[in-house]
Amino acid sequence: MATLAERFPENAPTACPGTDSDKAGKTDACEGCPNQQICSTAPKGPDPDIEKIKENMTHIKHKVLVMSGKGGVGKSTITSQISLALANTGHNVGVVDLDLCGPSIPKLLGAPPNMPVHQSTEGWTPVYVLDNLSVISMPFLLDAEDTAVIWRGSKKTGMIKQFLRDVDWDELDVLLVDTPPGTSDEHIGAAQLIPDISGVILVTTPQEVSLLDVRKMATFCRKVKLPIMGVVENMSGFVCPGCTKASIIFPSTTGGAARLCEELEIPYIGRIPLDPRVGKACDMGGVCIVDKFPETVSGQAFQSLVTHLSDFLKISTG
Amino acid sequence: MDNLGEVTLTGVKRIILVLSGKGGVGKSTVTTQLALTAQKNGMKVGVLDIDLCGPSIPRMLGVQNREVHQHDQGWLPVYTDNTQTMGVMSIGFLLGNQDDPVVWRGPKKTAMIRQFLTDVSWGDLDLLVIDTPPGTSDEHIAVMESLKGIKVDGAILVTTPQAVAVGDVRRELTFCKKTGLKVLGIIENMSGFVCPNCSECTNIFSSGGGKSLADHAKVPFLGSIPIEPQLALAAESGHNFITAFGQSEAASRFTTIFGGLWRTEPSESTMDTS
Repeated sequence: MATLAERFPENAPTACPGTDSDKAGKTDACEGCPNQQICSTAPKGPDPDIEKIKENMTHIKHKVLVMSGKGGVGKSTITSQISLALANTGHNVGVVDLDLCGPSIPKLLGAPPNMPVHQSTEGWTPVYVLDNLSVISMPFLLDAEDTAVIWRGSKKTGMIKQFLRDVDWDELDVLLVDTPPGTSDEHIGAAQLIPDISGVILVTTPQEVSLLDVRKMATFCRKVKLPIMGVVENMSGFVCPGCTKASIIFPSTTGGAARLCEELEIPYIGRIPLDPRVGKACDMGGVCIVDKFPETVSGQAFQSLVTHLSDFLKISTG
Repeated sequence: MDNLGEVTLTGVKRIILVLSGKGGVGKSTVTTQLALTAQKNGMKVGVLDIDLCGPSIPRMLGVQNREVHQHDQGWLPVYTDNTQTMGVMSIGFLLGNQDDPVVWRGPKKTAMIRQFLTDVSWGDLDLLVIDTPPGTSDEHIAVMESLKGIKVDGAILVTTPQAVAVGDVRRELTFCKKTGLKVLGIIENMSGFVCPNCSECTNIFSSGGGKSLADHAKVPFLGSIPIEPQLALAAESGHNFITAFGQSEAASRFTTIFGGLWRTEPSESTMDTS
C-alpha cells in the first residue's frame, strides 16, 4: 500500500492527482512536474510479475543480497567466495548476478562465459559451476564476451524480472544476489521484486569515499525495510609477503567500517585484508579461499564471514 | 538566459570523459589528478561529476560542503579556490544530507545530467573532464546524447590489472566504438605496490592486464599508476596530491600522461549516438 509521501511526492505540484491515480501524469497540473513522464507511463496497480516471482522462489529458503553503493570494493568477490564455501560444505547454493553491465560472477566462479542457458517449458536452466552451485548472469545470454550491455534502466529491470521469474532454480538453501554499485533501477528492482529477503551484507573498503556510499546504501535499505546483516570491511590492510611489514594502502580517515557500524548501529561482521592470493584466485576463477588457504588471515576472514552468515540464517556451518 | 535548455559549451576547448565499466578502479582519482595536473600547468579546468549515486569528486577536491550558486547565465560551478581555475559540478553539492541516497530510476538521472550540461555556466575552460559511474547505462547514454554535436576529444579508460576489471573495460571499449567516442587511451591504475620497508613490489591486483588490453584493442596505453597510499590519503582528505607530492612516482606518471594527451591534437570528431 503506497504511503502518502509516495502518492504525493514532495516535488509534485499542489494539484497533483496522486501517483497511483489513473490520471497520473495526464492532468493540467502535471505539466512541468519532474515525475510527469514516469507517472504517465508507469502501470497502475500491483505488478503481476511479483506474484510469479514469489511462486518461482518458493523452493529457496534464504535470499541474501550483497550490496555496497561503492564500486570495486569486493561485492562480487565476497559473493563468489561465500557461494563456494557454502557449496563446499554441502549446501545447495544459487547466485543471481544483477550487475548486468559489469558482470563479474562467471569469471570469479570459473564458469566459461559462453556456457549456454537452456530454455525449456520449466524456464531457464541456470549454469551449474558445481553440482550444487548454480548461477545466472548476463554473459551466459550474450554472443560474445566483449558485448556491451548499453541499456537504460527500464530494460535492465525487465531482465532482472526474467532472472527472478524465469530461471528454474532447484531447491536452494541460499540464493546470493550480487548487485552493481549505485542505488538505482537494479536495487529498486531487487528490493521490490525479491520476496522475503533474509538479509543484506554491505561491503566497504576503509576509505571515506567508500563509506559515504555505504551510508547511503544503509539509508536505502532502512527506507525499503531490508534487514541489514552487517558490514564487511574489505581491502583492510596489507602485509608484505617479503618482509611481513604491515602497510595501510587504503587509509581510513574517519574510523573505517567499525566506526560506521557504531554510528549506524549495524553489526560489524568482518575484516578482510588485501592479499594478492585473493586477486590471483579471482583471476583463475572457482578457487575457494577458505579451502585453499585456510591458515592465512584472508582464509580465516572469509571463514568468519561465512560462519556469521550461517549463524544469521540459522543454517549449518558444514 | 540563452544557454538554458541547450548544451553549448562554446568556451570549452577540450572535453575528455573518464570511463571504466568497472567500479572502484580509480576513475574519480584519475579525473581529479589529471585535472590538478592540468591546473598546475596553468590551465583553467572544469570537472563534471555525473556519478549521481556515488559522487566522489567534491570530497577528493576538498569542496564537499559547498553549495551551488546561481547567476543570470545559470549555475556557477564550485571553485576550489579564489583563482577560479578549477570549477566543479556534482550532485554532491545538491544533497541536503550526504547520507541521503539518490535512488533514481533512469529518466530522472538522464534529466539531471542534461541539466548539468545545459544549466551550468562553465565559462572559458581549457579542459572539461567528465567523471562517470561504472557501467554502460543511463548516465553514459545521457551524457553522449547531451553532447551530440559538441566536439569531444575522447575518452580515457581506467582499469586495474585484474581480469575482472579488464573484462568490463573491454565492454566499455565496445560502448565507445558503438557511440563513435574516440578512445584516447587506457590507464592501468593500482599497478603494483612497492613496500616502503623492503622495496619489494607486490602485484596485489595482478599485473599487465591494462597494457595487454590496449595492445589487443589497438588503443594507446597511456601509462600505469602504482598503488600510492599518499594518493589515497590525499583523495580521502581533499588535499592536492600533485602539489604536495610532486616528486612521487605517481605524480610523475600523471605528468607524463597529461603531457601525452596534450601532445595529441584535439579531435575533430563530434558525438554520434546512433
